[in-house]
Amino acid sequence: MISIQNVSKSFTLHNQGAAVIPVMHSASLDVAAGECIALIGASGAGKSTLMRMIYGNYLTASGRILVGDVDVASAAPRQIIALRRTTLGYVSQFLRVVPRVSTLDVVAEPLLVTGTERAAAQDIARGLLARLNIPERLWSLSPTTFSGGEQQRVNIARGFAYPYPALLLDEPTASLDPVNRETVLCMVEEAKARGTAIIGIFHDADARARLCNREVDVTRYTPGLAA
Amino acid sequence: MTPLLQVENIAKFYGPRIGCTDVSFDLYPGEVMGIVGESGSGKSTLLNTLAGHLTPDRGAVRFDTRADGQHDGGLRDTVTMSEPERRMLSRTDWAFVHQHARDGLRMNVSAGGNVGERLMAVNARHYGQIRDTAIDWLGRVEIAADRIDDRPTAFSGGMQQRLQIARNLVTGPRLVFMDEPTGGLDVSVQARLLDLLRGLVREMGLSAIIVTHDLAVVRLLADRLMVMKDGRVVESGLTDQVLDDPQHAYTQLLVSSVLQV
Amino acid sequence: MSDYNFAYLDEQTKRMIRRAILKGLAIPGYQVPFASREMPMPYGWGTGGVQVSAAVLTPDDTFKVIDQGADDTTNAVSIRRFFQKTANVAVTEATADATVIQTRHRIPEEHLRAGQILVYQVPIPEPLRFLEPSEVETRKMHALEEYGLMHVKLYEDISQHGAIATAYAYPVKVEGRYVMDPSPIPKFDNPKLNMAAIQLFGAGREQRIYALPPFTEVISLDFDDYPFEPTKADHACDLCGAEDSYLDELIVDDAGGRMFMCSDTDYCTSRRKAGHIGAQGVPYAEDAA
Repeated sequence: MISIQNVSKSFTLHNQGAAVIPVMHSASLDVAAGECIALIGASGAGKSTLMRMIYGNYLTASGRILVGDVDVASAAPRQIIALRRTTLGYVSQFLRVVPRVSTLDVVAEPLLVTGTERAAAQDIARGLLARLNIPERLWSLSPTTFSGGEQQRVNIARGFAYPYPALLLDEPTASLDPVNRETVLCMVEEAKARGTAIIGIFHDADARARLCNREVDVTRYTPGLAA
Repeated sequence: MTPLLQVENIAKFYGPRIGCTDVSFDLYPGEVMGIVGESGSGKSTLLNTLAGHLTPDRGAVRFDTRADGQHDGGLRDTVTMSEPERRMLSRTDWAFVHQHARDGLRMNVSAGGNVGERLMAVNARHYGQIRDTAIDWLGRVEIAADRIDDRPTAFSGGMQQRLQIARNLVTGPRLVFMDEPTGGLDVSVQARLLDLLRGLVREMGLSAIIVTHDLAVVRLLADRLMVMKDGRVVESGLTDQVLDDPQHAYTQLLVSSVLQV
Repeated sequence: MSDYNFAYLDEQTKRMIRRAILKGLAIPGYQVPFASREMPMPYGWGTGGVQVSAAVLTPDDTFKVIDQGADDTTNAVSIRRFFQKTANVAVTEATADATVIQTRHRIPEEHLRAGQILVYQVPIPEPLRFLEPSEVETRKMHALEEYGLMHVKLYEDISQHGAIATAYAYPVKVEGRYVMDPSPIPKFDNPKLNMAAIQLFGAGREQRIYALPPFTEVISLDFDDYPFEPTKADHACDLCGAEDSYLDELIVDDAGGRMFMCSDTDYCTSRRKAGHIGAQGVPYAEDAA
């Protein structure tokens, strides 16, 4: 489902003395449907970077990143937009939302843009928010004033609202208490069982052990750090 | 799939000065393209050239008119179109939202008349229906129905801008050009306007080309982004990619210059 | 015989005006620019109508002039005398006897026939002028048949007054193509614009001539749910009893007493001669002033 082939990237900071920072070299990785892969490595090794490259948020300097049959590294913007709508989901580390949109609508949005009726989409959103223990009185409010943990759970609810065939999870349990952490892990297991290909970053070794078929150490793709 | 708008090698010069040059891109239905740049970058020249207000010195601007029976989906070059056709296009399939509402409204005509004008221009001849449509649209842009007979001179800046949007969208255009739509408005008024635009663009499946110098506006509204400097496009791509992983020196400068609140 | 060229204008000027008239007749409702001459009366006093009349008059014509329907106002008398002096044409007050009729702001009640010419005095020829001040823009609108703005004006009337408030100079669409200002005639007269005579419109200050050939289709603009109505005062003429003519209202005392009489003096006089008497009328006397 996801195939990363010989991918490299560096950042060139033109306004800071044209410093060139190579961050990834010849990374390769395949993830099949129903598989869950954990990216591990020290902070700064490139885990989030790789995830953003798969999502098309960062440009890939060379190589191919196939999600389904779209090569994100060379696809046209509208292809990536379509991919993000129906194929590839992304739960980032930080919730970034349009202000003044209610939590319910934030979570329902991935369903709305794929053509689900508003009422049905909001029902699904309510179910997810309830499961993740977001109090009902918060559903009509914008999540911008929520606590870190609450925002994270809204983020996760949005990421799981639409059944994407491929999912990227960046530290999904980072700010969660044990009860909610357990809920999220169950949700990931359910997605796996549905045949979703998942790439995740979990700082929590237990979560990794429970969910992931294998671990990939990105350090071996980091120039200057590779052993 | 046929693009809605196909821009090829557009250039506009002012004598020896470059207004804009070497601009090419395709825009598909439902896509919002942001054009950012600082003063003098050529973004307004480009927008006005695309919208037919200026004649380019080079290049083509092909629009999918959906003429029946054409295999290329009805793509016609609006630059070489006759003036009556182009003017008809800008009253029906196209819309242009000006930065200053008074450039896009008739200030001595009531709000209802402003909204109804485009309908009357395409032969709507039933007063009651025209008025009902105007009331409906005023509601959609959050202007109270009892203001329908007031002149825009009695409206606040934000309201005038929302009226301009209603006036433009009443004929269901497929492509909207916007020139700094939130420029000069108070922040809270801006926010409300952006929310409205976002909602309408999604609801109506509009394509839009938005010129702005405000990166936060493009982050909110645009799927794709072009960065202009000195009349040329220096970088383009997905909005989040250009803003999060800028490649060109100028884009990096712009992104790093934005004040955080 | 006078010291002036026939009908005051030189022959070259008359030819220029006639060319403009022919063009106007060929494109009904289209405003043809012409080189308006200095006339011995100021702008705003009918110089356009006078120039058109001067260009079409021949020595065999019989000329009538009316001003708001009356033959005996100062302006009507002045213009009639002007052409008597410079063209030595026969003049009349009887509509049926005239071959060229110059009018300010009315169409005669009596039906005109083939062979007659009606010349209108026009102040502002451009129907869109008060909505769109730019001449460049209004010319484009006419050229491209972009008349949405005209209906905006009517919409504004209805929204402000509950009905289309335009009572005179009511815009019309000619032959389905050009929107035209029929000059400040009351809207009651609009249906008469489709007639057997030739109609010529002259605006001297604005330097435009336009025309309607006989039996041109002229439709007053309106909305489907607010149709055009050629209204007049709900009275009969107090002098001759006519119920179908446009009326002037006259205040006769300071107790609010009023009388209504035909604006078209010749029409009223003819009816009285034929024996009709209105509510406040007296039998026709031959030497009544």
